[in-house]
Amino acid sequence: MASFLLEYLPILFFVFIALAIAIGMTTLSFVIGSSKPDREKLSAYECGFEAFDDARGRFDVRFYLVAILFIIFDLEVAFLFPWAISLGKIGIYGFWSMMFFLLILTIGFVYEWKKGALEWE
Amino acid sequence: MINSILIPGLIIIAQILAIIVPVLISVAFLVYAERKILALIQLRKGPNVVGPFGLLQSFADALKLITKENIIPSNSNKMVFLLAPIITMVLSLAGWAVIPFAPGWVVSDINVGIMYLFAISSLAVYGVIMAGWSSNSKYPFLGALRSAAQMVSYEVSIGFVIITVLLCVGSLNLTKIVEAQETVWFAIPLLPMFIVFFISALAETNRLPFDLPEDESSLVAGFTTEYSSASFVLFFLAEYASMILMSAMTVILFLGGWLPPFDVFPFNILPGIVWFILKIIFILFLFLWVRGTFPRYRYDQLMRLGWKVFLPLSLLWVVLTSGFLVIFNLVP
Repeated sequence: MASFLLEYLPILFFVFIALAIAIGMTTLSFVIGSSKPDREKLSAYECGFEAFDDARGRFDVRFYLVAILFIIFDLEVAFLFPWAISLGKIGIYGFWSMMFFLLILTIGFVYEWKKGALEWE
Repeated sequence: MINSILIPGLIIIAQILAIIVPVLISVAFLVYAERKILALIQLRKGPNVVGPFGLLQSFADALKLITKENIIPSNSNKMVFLLAPIITMVLSLAGWAVIPFAPGWVVSDINVGIMYLFAISSLAVYGVIMAGWSSNSKYPFLGALRSAAQMVSYEVSIGFVIITVLLCVGSLNLTKIVEAQETVWFAIPLLPMFIVFFISALAETNRLPFDLPEDESSLVAGFTTEYSSASFVLFFLAEYASMILMSAMTVILFLGGWLPPFDVFPFNILPGIVWFILKIIFILFLFLWVRGTFPRYRYDQLMRLGWKVFLPLSLLWVVLTSGFLVIFNLVP
C-alpha cells in the first residue's frame, strides 16, 4: 500500500471508534432507559395541538437560493486552495489569471446583490 | 508477521482513545464552565450541589439523560432519526484526528490537514438536515432549514479566511501552518481575518448570538425538539466537541498552535501542549463571554452579515494578501 494512503488509516480507525461510541450510547439508552410509549407521547410536538398536517410543507425559496449561491462560492474556494499553496511556483502569470477569475466572480456577486438575491427583508 | 500489524494497530487505537476520552471529559467541564461563567455574569451561583463546587453536575446530567426513555415519534423516519445524532457526533470527533497538539503529537499528520478539517466541518450540516427532516415536525424542520442555510453561508467566509492563511504558509499541513508562525502569529498581520474567523466560528457552531437554529423563544429547541435521552446527549456532546474543535482550529491558524508567545525564558519552560490547551481555553472563554453579553441576532441580520459583510471582506483580503505577497516577493 502506498505510504501516503497509510497515513489515512488512523483516520479510518478514528471514525470507527467514534461510531462505536455513538452507536453504543444510543443502544445503551434503549437497554437501560424505560419504555412506556403511548400515542400522545409519540406524536409530533405542536404546543398542545394535534398536528394539523404533515410538517414537510412548502418553505421559503430563499433557502434554496442560499444553497445555490453556496455551491458557487464553495467551488471557488476549492479552486483557490491549490492556487494559494502553489502561488510561489506559478509566478506572476498564475497570480493575474486568478485575479481575472475573481473579477468575473465579483461581477456575478454584484449582479446577484443588485437583483436582491441576498435580501431577507 | 502478526506482531508487525497488531502492535502498530494497538498503538494507533491507544492514541485515538487518548484523544477521544479527554475531549469527551473536557466537553463535560466546558458545559460546567459555561453554566458557572454565565451564572457569574448574571450574578447567580450556578451549579453547586453535585460534587465539590458542583464539578460533577455534567456527569449527573448525562447519566440522567441516558436512563430516560428514548422517544422516537411515530410519524418520523426512524432510521434517519436515530442516525442523525450518530453522524453529528462522529463528525465532531473525527476532526480531532489531524489536530497537532505539540510537535509530532498528532494521530495522522496528513499533508492536506486543513482541507480535511474544512471538509469535516462542511459535512456537519448533514446531521442537522437529517434530524430536522426525519423528525417530521414543524419546529425541527424550520430549525434545520435555518441552521443549514446559516452554516453554509458562514462556511464560505471561513473558506476564504483559510485561503489567506494558506497564502502565507504555502502548505495544507497543520504542523507546517503552526511552524510558519514562529516569527509572528498570524493573528497580528491578519487581524481582520482572525476576527472574521472567530465570528464565523460562532455561527458555524450555532452559538449565541447566532443560535437561531435552536432559538428557544420561536422554535422550541430547533432541530433537537423531538430528541430525547441518548440521542439528545449525542447532539449536545457534538455541539460542544465541535466548539472545542473550532477553538483548536482558531489556535492553529491564528494563535501559533503550541508555540509560546515569546521564545524567551519565562515563557518557553512550559511544554507546547500546555500553551496549546491554554490558548484553546482562552478562545472557549471568549465563546462563553460572547454568549453572556450579546443579544441574539435576527435571521435577516445574520444572513446580511454573512453574505454582505464577511464574504466581500474576506474575498478582498484574499486579493490584498496575495497581491502584497507577490509585490514584495514574499510568497513562500
